[in-house]
This record gives sequence, structure tokens and C-alpha cells, in this order.
Amino acid sequence: MTSTDKEVEWFDEEGNRVDGRKADELRETTMEVGVLEEADGSAMVEIGNTRVIASVFGPQDLHPKHLQESDRAVIKMRYNMAPFSVDDRMSPGPNRRAKEIGLVARRALEPALELEKFPTAGIDISMEVVESDGGTRVTGITAASLALADAGIPMKGMVASCAAGVVDDTPVLDVNGKEDKEGNADIPIATINRSDDDTESREEDKVTLLQMDGDLTTDQVEDCVQLAKDGCRQLYEQQKRTIREKYNATDGGDQ
Amino acid sequence: MKINEEDIRNKIKKGERHDGRDPLEYREISIEADYINETANGSAMVEIGNTKVLVGISIDVESPYPDRPESGTIVTNAELAPMASREFESGPPQEDGVELARVVDRGIREAEAIDLNDLCIEAGEKVYTVFIDAHVLNDDGNLIDATSLAAMTALKSGYLPEYDEETGTLDRDEKWKDIELSTEPITATARMINGEMVFDTTHEEEDAQDARLTVSIDENGQVVAMQKGEENPYSTDEIAESMDLVKEKTQKFRNLIEEAVE
Repeated sequence: MTSTDKEVEWFDEEGNRVDGRKADELRETTMEVGVLEEADGSAMVEIGNTRVIASVFGPQDLHPKHLQESDRAVIKMRYNMAPFSVDDRMSPGPNRRAKEIGLVARRALEPALELEKFPTAGIDISMEVVESDGGTRVTGITAASLALADAGIPMKGMVASCAAGVVDDTPVLDVNGKEDKEGNADIPIATINRSDDDTESREEDKVTLLQMDGDLTTDQVEDCVQLAKDGCRQLYEQQKRTIREKYNATDGGDQ
Repeated sequence: MKINEEDIRNKIKKGERHDGRDPLEYREISIEADYINETANGSAMVEIGNTKVLVGISIDVESPYPDRPESGTIVTNAELAPMASREFESGPPQEDGVELARVVDRGIREAEAIDLNDLCIEAGEKVYTVFIDAHVLNDDGNLIDATSLAAMTALKSGYLPEYDEETGTLDRDEKWKDIELSTEPITATARMINGEMVFDTTHEEEDAQDARLTVSIDENGQVVAMQKGEENPYSTDEIAESMDLVKEKTQKFRNLIEEAVE
């Protein structure tokens, strides 16, 4: 909701956005699993110019012991931006923003994981943003979910995540860096997806991440959430294809 | 003692390695220049076998040091990301990460590869700072060679954005001019395992190594930086042999960088 000196033309005459997309269109997205060898599971997701690598170690022994839970595995989540991932170099090391994103990303993934299968164990998830153009947390969550599947962690569904926002009073899917900085709002959400869900189903309607900053009517918020959920479903389809291609499975990614 | 340590040490005596390479042979090397599309002012992804290192260059404008008013600055930093190895932890850089950054830095700064005066915008007021940030994504050994290779490639493909005096900002969207390199030092590391010289060790082999010697050599064959590491001593003969072999290896690296930045 920053007002700038020069008026931004958010849409051209044909209704295309600053990067040529329609309002309900995701940026070009590529996904790859098994990109790292040391980690038990890994994935890279690239959405436009935003690129995040995620890794999973575990389930494994968790130390110190007092962090263990007797009835489930404990997730440790790291979100980090590489110094060169933004125009103005980011000083290395943790900061408050990264800590908070680590927390909400963990909360976005946990409900989909069958943690009770691994009492006292630890699962380390890590997201490295190597290039940023808006939507790094949602891209990281989408990548982390793929990495969890790659690591063979049992899941109730795949978590997919993307953001919707409002520019020029119009809801748009998958806000890029410019739309995020100068638009009216940004709502990142994450959902749990299963392939046996029908359109009105239960799992699909489970929103595990929701943040918002901006200035919107409640109707606009509802529109954005619906738009972002549709985006998550598209990303889920691609996640599923990516896992299937990797493991050459006839059916998978949803059990 | 690690699982395969004894086996690795015995085999190398017979000139054998667990992945079938000759003792002096590198794994497959791939270099991708300009890996980062927009945000970095130069970048490279280097893979040596399963080792993956991404280096990005960032340019900023700062005040020069008072005693060197016409010199820009170089800052080298290395992050061993926790995803790179089960052994890495989150948090401030440990000894290994700091040594990695400093050895790579020495191979560039002390070699005077970058003409610092070329980074001067206004003497005593404003100079460019070149940040060389290495992100180790997967550690399967030989991080120093991989990181140095990535850093040199990133510098060669890198550029300075133009400084706008009126607004006091950098025009980051335009390549203004190349980062001027006065020499091009290349770095390689010789290792000793059970009395035998070995290059390009895997993570597992590094658990079995006795000593290492990193050597940076410029295009005229001049040695510009060195670092001995690990527990055991190194003989003068081994030092001489290491330098000769590094000279040969770095020539190959030079060609690979040229191909990558073309």
C-alpha cells in the first residue's frame, strides 16, 4: 500500500499485468526433486525469477533430548535468503523476518505430516532462497513439501502454497516482487491437497498458512483466498507430476 | 575413525580410489555462469562431482578506508548451508566456513586480481564494494577448489552497475562495465592420504586425509597464495610436487572458465 510518485499502470488495455500475465495466472513454474545428494530429500522450485531450494534430513535422532516429544517427531525449520538473492545485498545470518517465516512455514507443513509415526525423532527442513522476486515463503513451502515427499516422509497430502494480492482494486494470483512492494495487499496461503479430493472436499479446504498485509474489504480478502487456493491446486498438480516423473510411479504423491 | 577410512587409506597405497579414479584425477566439473537471473551482479554454479557451490556477486557503494581513499573493497563470505551436509549446523560460521572464505578471498584479493583503484567512484568519498558470497549447497568434498572456481567465474561474468551521482543510487538494471581483472589466479588443492598425493577428494576421503595444501596460481605461473591445512606436516618435496601439479590442474580450470563465460 505504498504510494509512489509515479502512477504504475498495473494492467494494459488487454488486462495483462506488468509481466504480461492474466490476473488469475501463475508465473512460469518449474519443479525438480532430488537436486541434492547429501540430504535425505530435496527439491528446487522456480516461480518466475523466484527460486528456492529445500532439503530434508530425517527422521533422525534429535538432540538435545529435552527437545524430543514422546508421541511424535519434532520439525526444525530454517528459512534463509542468500546474500545475492536480493538487489541490495542481504547480510548473512538469521533475522527476525527469517525466524518468523521459519515458524509459519513449519505450521503450514506440520498438519500434513504423519509425525506420530516417528516418536522422539527430529526432522530438519531447510529452505534456501537463491533468487527472490516475491513469494519466497510460499515457493519455499511448495519446495519443502516436495522435499518431504522425496525423503519418503509419510504425508496425509501435499502442501502447496502461493499468494494472491490486489493491485488497482483487482485480485491477482501469485504477486511478483513489484506487485508485492507497490500493490494494495499480499495474502500468502498454503493448503493440503490430495488427488482423491473432489471440488467441494474436506482436505482441500484446509488452509495451513494465511498471512496478510494491506488494505482490503472482506469481500476482496475472500476473493484473494479463493484465487490463491486455485493457484495452490495448480501447483499441487505440478508437484504430483514432478514426483511421478522422478519415481516413475503410476500413482503417487497423495498417499 | 570413520567407516571407510581404513579402506581408503589402504587402497590409495595401491593407487586406487573407491570411485575408480586415478589419485590425481578430478571428478566431472560443470560450471554454469550467470546462474542467478536478476538479483546478483555476477554468479556461477559449480559442480565437482556431487559437490555444489553457488557464488553470487553483489555490488554496493561505501566510504573508502581513510588510509586508502582511492581503493574499493572486496568482501568474501562463505556459508555452509545446513542442507549441504548432515554435519553442518545453522548459526554463525564455524572454523571451516571461515577458513574456506579466507582461503578463497586470499586467492583473489592478495593476488590483486581486482584492481581496487578501478573501484573508486570519488576519492575519499565513494567506492564500490564487491561482495563475493559463496553458498555451499551440497558438500561432497573439495569445497575450496569448487568455491574458488565459482568465485572466479562469477567475477569474470560479473559487472559494475553505474553510480548515479544525483540520486546517490546504483542503476542495478544495467550492466555498466566489467569488473576489471588484472590477473586471473586459479586455485587447486593437493592432499596427502597415507603418504600419497591425491586431488579432488570426496567428503569420505577427506575424513581419511592427513594434510592438504591449497595453491593459487596466476596465468603467468606465479604462485600468489597458499594454505596448508589438516593435522599432518608437509615435506618440502611434497610442497614442490604440489605446486607443479596445481599448475597443471589450474590450466584446465582456466579453459573451463573461458568456455563457461563465453
